[in-house]
Amino acid sequence: MTAATAKLVGKRVVNRRYFLTKLSQGAACLAAVASFPHLVFAQWSEAAFGAKELEKAIAERYPELTIEDSDAITLKVPAIAENGAVVPVTVKTDMADVSSISLFVEKNPTPLSASFYLTPGSVAEVSVRLRMGETSNLVALVEAGGKLYRAQQEVKVTIGGCGG
Amino acid sequence: MNLDRREFLNLLSLAGAAGLLPGCGGDKGVAPGSESGAGLYDVLPEGDVRLLHITDTHAQLMPIYFREPSVNLGFHDALGRPPHVTGDNFLKHFQIAPGSQLAHAFTYLDFPTAAERYGKVGGFAYLKTLIDQLRGSFGSEKTLLLDGGDTWQGSGTSLWTRGKDMVGACNLLGVDIMTGHWEFTYRDSEVLENIAEFNGEFLAQNIKVKEDALFDGAPAYDEDSGHAFKPYTVKTMGGRRVAVIGQAFPYTPVANPSRFIPDWTFGINDIDMQELVDQVRATESPDAVIVLSHNGMDVDLKMASRVSGIDAILGGHTHDGVPRPIEVNNPGGVTLVTNAGSNGKFVGVLDLSFGDSGISSYRYKLLPVFANLLAEDKTMSAYIDSVRAPYQQQLAEPLAVAGELLYRRGNFNGTFDQLICDALRKVNDAEISFSPGFRWGTSVLPGQTITMEHVLDQTCITYPETYARDMTGSDIKAILEDVGDNLFNPDPYYQQGGDMVRVGGLNYRFDPLAAMSKRVTDMTLDSGEAIEANKSYRVAGWATVGSQSPGEPIWDTVATYLRDVKIANVEKRNTPVLVNGTDNPGFFE
Repeated sequence: MTAATAKLVGKRVVNRRYFLTKLSQGAACLAAVASFPHLVFAQWSEAAFGAKELEKAIAERYPELTIEDSDAITLKVPAIAENGAVVPVTVKTDMADVSSISLFVEKNPTPLSASFYLTPGSVAEVSVRLRMGETSNLVALVEAGGKLYRAQQEVKVTIGGCGG
Repeated sequence: MNLDRREFLNLLSLAGAAGLLPGCGGDKGVAPGSESGAGLYDVLPEGDVRLLHITDTHAQLMPIYFREPSVNLGFHDALGRPPHVTGDNFLKHFQIAPGSQLAHAFTYLDFPTAAERYGKVGGFAYLKTLIDQLRGSFGSEKTLLLDGGDTWQGSGTSLWTRGKDMVGACNLLGVDIMTGHWEFTYRDSEVLENIAEFNGEFLAQNIKVKEDALFDGAPAYDEDSGHAFKPYTVKTMGGRRVAVIGQAFPYTPVANPSRFIPDWTFGINDIDMQELVDQVRATESPDAVIVLSHNGMDVDLKMASRVSGIDAILGGHTHDGVPRPIEVNNPGGVTLVTNAGSNGKFVGVLDLSFGDSGISSYRYKLLPVFANLLAEDKTMSAYIDSVRAPYQQQLAEPLAVAGELLYRRGNFNGTFDQLICDALRKVNDAEISFSPGFRWGTSVLPGQTITMEHVLDQTCITYPETYARDMTGSDIKAILEDVGDNLFNPDPYYQQGGDMVRVGGLNYRFDPLAAMSKRVTDMTLDSGEAIEANKSYRVAGWATVGSQSPGEPIWDTVATYLRDVKIANVEKRNTPVLVNGTDNPGFFE
């Protein structure tokens, strides 16, 4: 690491600490919440989040919509999880009129793991960390222009070891 | 590589003609019995830039023996495709004469006899001579030396100096760029310290600082992108701009302990790779884009099919000595994929010629490093002597005599692994033992004295502690299935690049083509007694990834066993009975 890099890093750390301090003072907390109003206040769907099977969870969350697989969704998720307790997932798309993005972990006790409502004009990119008990398919559904699109990938949760 | 069809065909024909090694004479190697390596290292200057590539040297500063695998199974797209061809199939595929020096370098065939005849391979003093020669003849200003990683681990001295002996050796060798894998089995602070001492650049596009760690002030190369290390560099060589992107081993925190490097997250991240390649192409006006990769060959081949704009992926990790690049088609053109073996046994030489729009042709050679055919570099050998001097007595301790050829490499078992498994059972009074399917570890010839150095070559890791504990039959099966899937999942992105876990005292049938959790059947103890799912068994092992085990380091266990047996022979090899695979081009036994 060069001295210049270290210096840059040092400066950024201060900025983050400053931000944290602000958060703790309360003023920024309101702003943080206000920037995700839909996440906080959207109607909680007990039937969808409580559903124990993938198909049921999807049907409850998106009744009356048929699913179409799409290459226009970028799903960034590890093929093998480093830690099943916190699997980082990013979904993004350039599709127009995205109104919601939902993530399902097929083998989790309740597959629907997260649902984001997007206001018109939002950048359709969400990141979240999900808990996965075992190797499972991860399904991302994007609702756009009244249609439902899907991208999916298997995420392997392994005991690890014995590599190369 | 953006080529039109005519250029591509031309390139194909060049590859066919040029991929063979000098000394092959097109269809035959140096004649059996010929000790002369005349011509082997005369790689005539050709092209505009030369990339020299070493990888997975595993800290072997001294010349060693290293037996290539007899079993390296490939299925699905990998069936019969290098690196999944072994023995005679390998010789046929690459048109190498049986019994030749090259046949010995690239295959396990007739290993003990050929090893006696052709001598040891690798060793940094010999590597240095060869690399200097390859640089000097081409022009140093037009040559880059790339190291694919797994450099700081694999020997007693590398462990005891925490990789620093290798940083010094690589600086003397003149490594320009490296990436890593086992480097990350030292503590993160040690990794950063070693990189600071390294004269070249350490690159990795696929290692990020975790967001919460960034928040807590963990250092990063670029806090905005999250890159823990510099992702790429551009070198100007003879007026040509060559961009090199680093790709570290994607599954380091899964295959090795994450506790040493808690702030860093890895992954194949091929979406990021595409974005980076596009960015480099758009902003750096490179004449060539090269990836220095520790993905493993099958992962590199898949990545090459998905990411456009890379001219060549110089790969390692899976320790495959592959004499010719594989040309992979992707939406943007063609990408070359190579793999340059291990243990300092080979140097890859990629010469690129440029035309009006990028690369017009290439020549690739994978040169075996025969210590007998090269003079040692005095500066390097003096350095190596100084590194080893404080530990010489420990390293040289004789433990036993090898009753047969001892080696590790192979999908399911190796004779040295069987000794380790036998030692674990005996010393810990266990019914069953496990030993990880690493691909490093040098070979010992029949009749050779097994020294502590040999044992350390097989076992030297930063988490060497042993355990003996009770496991149920279903636990044991779950472990075998999990590792089996890491090796034989049909999708290379789900493979970790190691071999199957080695077992002692346990026998089973294994179907590589079956689905996860269905590959392992008919598990029995050596007595023939069937393993029961709910019954407990005493199991000994080492190299636990999750947390530190309580027992002594594995090398002490193996040394105790070897001192006791005096002559090391494998009485019973616990190699699984294969269901599917014995007719595979990657199978000989």
